[in-house]
Amino acid sequence: MPAVTPLANMATRLTPADYTLSLAGENAFILYLNTQVISPAAAQQIALANSQLSPMLGQQLLELLPSYASLLIVFNPLQHSHLSIKPLLEQALTKAVNLVSQQQGKQVELPVWYSEQSGPDLAKVAQDKNLSINEVIALHSSTSYQVYAIGFAPGFAYLGELPEQLAVPRLSSPRPKVPAGAVAIADRQTAVYPAASPGGWHLLGLCPIAMFNAWQEPAMPVAVGDQVKFVPITERDFTLLGGVL
Amino acid sequence: MDGHSFRWANALVGNPLNSTVIEHSVGGLILLAQSPCTLAVTGAALALSHNGQPVPCWQALHLKPGDELALGIFSGGLRAYIAVTGGIQVPPQFGSSATVMREGIGGLVRKAADNPRQHLAGQKLQANDLLPLATAAVQVTAAGSSLPTELTKRSLPGQTALTLRVIEGYQASLFSACQRARFYLNPYQVSPQSDRMGYKLNGSAIHCSTRQLLSEGISYGAIQIPPDGQPIVLLNDRQTLGGYPKIGNVLSLDCWQLAQATPGTEVHFTPVSAEQAHNALQLDAARFERETTIFCALASASQEC
Repeated sequence: MPAVTPLANMATRLTPADYTLSLAGENAFILYLNTQVISPAAAQQIALANSQLSPMLGQQLLELLPSYASLLIVFNPLQHSHLSIKPLLEQALTKAVNLVSQQQGKQVELPVWYSEQSGPDLAKVAQDKNLSINEVIALHSSTSYQVYAIGFAPGFAYLGELPEQLAVPRLSSPRPKVPAGAVAIADRQTAVYPAASPGGWHLLGLCPIAMFNAWQEPAMPVAVGDQVKFVPITERDFTLLGGVL
Repeated sequence: MDGHSFRWANALVGNPLNSTVIEHSVGGLILLAQSPCTLAVTGAALALSHNGQPVPCWQALHLKPGDELALGIFSGGLRAYIAVTGGIQVPPQFGSSATVMREGIGGLVRKAADNPRQHLAGQKLQANDLLPLATAAVQVTAAGSSLPTELTKRSLPGQTALTLRVIEGYQASLFSACQRARFYLNPYQVSPQSDRMGYKLNGSAIHCSTRQLLSEGISYGAIQIPPDGQPIVLLNDRQTLGGYPKIGNVLSLDCWQLAQATPGTEVHFTPVSAEQAHNALQLDAARFERETTIFCALASASQEC
């Protein structure tokens, strides 16, 4: 019999006392969990609400946009008003759905070349946290992270939670340019920058795998609910996997 | 960005309303017909000429191979829409043909100069680009009569102050009554730091009782209030998630007007209920339906005479 993980146990229910539907414009509600925290339990509740409402997509609903502890629900305003769609949403949110696929997600391993050359903030983070560089790498790569949300830019996956020993605040002033593939940390989160962009997170290394490719199906190697582990690789492996410094 | 002009452009050439069009800023575009086609130009105020002869905007025009259509520099508004019967054929990405320059998605697809196997998308149109039209482009006969100015003038703001209707929502309750009053009573000006992602407005700074928010989904027209208190209305190319407090959303019909507003345009906010917003959308849809039916029918009748 498979072991029941605490994750699968926690939040398979969403009661009306757990959430609030707030206005988000002429054709949207945003579902807020009444407790606004980053946690696997909150992510499970959002995944549940997302699955409960997704059969309405293409019918009454135009878009569902999940985040840490909220779900944006966009409807067709010529077909429904807030008043007329709300009871349908509330009803759908009581329906039992098979959450197995969302609960488990898939396991994704992302290779990372950690070094002072590829991760310009590695030494600074180690110094600030009283760790050796190898300890920072070991901590970052030994944790399994959940994909809580994808947003900001296509392929930017918010991964959590970063071990407390590595938690560092954002840079006081963002870098004008963070390279594509940069593996970065801020607060209790970590992420891989899908494309070169400005950014205020601390850079630990580089990942040679494209986080977003519009010409591939699927376009992203990870999805919300997946579990991600970073695997340290050498510079040589990085180059062999198509990475460019 | 300006849904009113976008839909009218398609309606005038007999297209489904969400067919692919060209959105053109500033003016100065010259198009050369390679095959017979019917097109219409709507949106910004501009001088339009067909083979050197002035022709009106907001009406269907027939072009023969070799014909030249020239759009002058805009005298009002920021965006013109050019629709061609059958639509412009570009491969959809993520279900859309829209060009997103920031992410390099959508629009015309070119092969990279240095690597023919690499695709480049999400780029501006360039001189000498060939725009593929639908193979089965049906000739419509809606040429020959342009729309009454009442219909076209209202989508040319910039000269007068705009009033944007706001549906309060998101973190509205975290803004005090005093901050909300300041927001609705004071004028704002469109900042030059405005683009397809969002329109930044300068004016009386307003403050929210919280700055700590988990990133959450941003809907069209959301009014984000960053720590400097200057509102940003988030439009078509907005980020999908964000963590700044939002006081509510601008009604889409008014976002379309805002998208035509040049920097310096005066803007006022006024609160409306969700029911009033819903009524405004229903009225606009009914009116658009009736007006497109009548004017497209009138145009084709005059053509047959």
